[in-house]
Amino acid sequence: MSKKQYAFYPGCSSQKGASASNFLTSIGVMCEKLDIQLNEIPDWNCCGASIGYGEGGELPRLVLSARNLALAERELPGQEMVSVCPACWLSSRETVDRLHESESLLAETNEALKEAGLTLKNEVKQRHMVEVLIEDIGWEGMKKPVVKPLEGLKFAGYVGCQTNRPFGIAGESFENPQYLDKMVEMVGAEPVKYDQKVTCCGGALAFSEPDKSQAQIRQIVESAYDHGADMIVTPCQLCQANVEIYQSEINKKKGTKFNMPVVYYSQLMTVAYGGDAKQAGLDGQLIRAEQLEKIASKK
Amino acid sequence: MTATYKNDFLKEVEANVEDGQWVKMCMQCGVCAGSCPLGPHWQHSPQKIFMMIRAGKREEVLTSDSMWMCTSCYNCIVRCPRKLPITHIMHGLANYAHRLGLAPKGQPTREIAKLFWDNIVKTGRVNELKFSLAMYFKDGFGQGVKNAMAMQGIGLGLMKAKRLNPMEMLGGHTCKDKGGIHKMIAKAREIEDRRKGLSGH
Ligand code: SF4
Ligand code: SF4
Repeated sequence: MSKKQYAFYPGCSSQKGASASNFLTSIGVMCEKLDIQLNEIPDWNCCGASIGYGEGGELPRLVLSARNLALAERELPGQEMVSVCPACWLSSRETVDRLHESESLLAETNEALKEAGLTLKNEVKQRHMVEVLIEDIGWEGMKKPVVKPLEGLKFAGYVGCQTNRPFGIAGESFENPQYLDKMVEMVGAEPVKYDQKVTCCGGALAFSEPDKSQAQIRQIVESAYDHGADMIVTPCQLCQANVEIYQSEINKKKGTKFNMPVVYYSQLMTVAYGGDAKQAGLDGQLIRAEQLEKIASKK
Repeated sequence: MTATYKNDFLKEVEANVEDGQWVKMCMQCGVCAGSCPLGPHWQHSPQKIFMMIRAGKREEVLTSDSMWMCTSCYNCIVRCPRKLPITHIMHGLANYAHRLGLAPKGQPTREIAKLFWDNIVKTGRVNELKFSLAMYFKDGFGQGVKNAMAMQGIGLGLMKAKRLNPMEMLGGHTCKDKGGIHKMIAKAREIEDRRKGLSGH
């Protein structure tokens, strides 16, 4: 079978040695199993993330995303662009939409892009990795490589904000999306029903408003525990980092005993597909996902 | 120039704030007011801010701390019956207030947003280590050491998990065409400032 080709926008947090580098490791193994080929956009830059607006304003922010789009158009013509990071995906998609809606904004964008030797026709379609999995590979296709069902494990599917709003995955509701739970079932584990599936983790304000954000994170982890989850699973790097990293801080301040692993869907799939702990990036957890490691090390 | 709008803040917002032309579409239903994750910490909810804009309360709106409480959760956008791009208007107001020098001094999200932007435009990509250090030291050296010490366990844990690279201090990730990116951003800012009459600030 020939591989499906995509222009790939990894984003800053997935780079080597960055906060979600283990995510990318598992994405690579998962894509290999599913015959997905990700062609990295040469010299891509940061999308500006959700907090870039403060200093960046509108046009400089749009132009950052436009540079990636223009590079994809030129270097990987005809390929759809895939992001694994919700913030990258959101910024790129928003840019595509706004530049479609306004010719003057597109003209201004091109005036700025010229300074970097680029032009944008605005023809590249934006996809989130989850859309590629559901729409291009399909549930049957995703299930086929499963050799080690994650039997007996219970996951709280934490979708968060930006994978879910404002665009979301086609056909899903904003208040109670189902695809992450379906993915958990697909790898043979059990999704728990809990009430914090789309609660905000505080996003970038985890840095600037630590106490207010940690109150959000506490709700999420507490509810996952109360509903019997062994682990939290998420599609979002910022959700993963916030909800995992600050558990120890919350314990210190509030006397809780949180120690719940927070993993990515691609890590579940990699283990279910027979990958080892390293391939699944499980060596990158601050709170070790021992139950997953155990399954991964089984022959 | 902004002075032209002195007596009509709504017009000023429509002309100079990202997606500001949507403000007049608000029907004051209050749905957005209950949507912000950090809601109790917003002195004025988005609904109230829209009302204040129409009432011409320029000073009160632009010096408000509220817009800086936005976590970019997009709850409001998907719920607003009038489809106002509320998130973007909040971001736009925050940016406008910041650029005019009216936003609250020392507002932590304002400061971090600036550090973050400066960090990414330098190399084209986020340098997470330098960004964290800049963040911890933004209130001066003494406070910085305290902040960094408090987060030391987490930092070491991340390094061990290969998710924070101490070598980033020596450069770290970067785009090849840094020069092009600098010129491109400068141009974009010049165009936007010209459009919004911000060049004097
Ligand atoms: S939800 Fe929309 S229409 Fe209702 S108050 Fe908020 S902005 Fe106005
Ligand atoms: S995106 Fe911002 S304004 Fe909208 S609900 Fe979330 S925090 Fe409130």
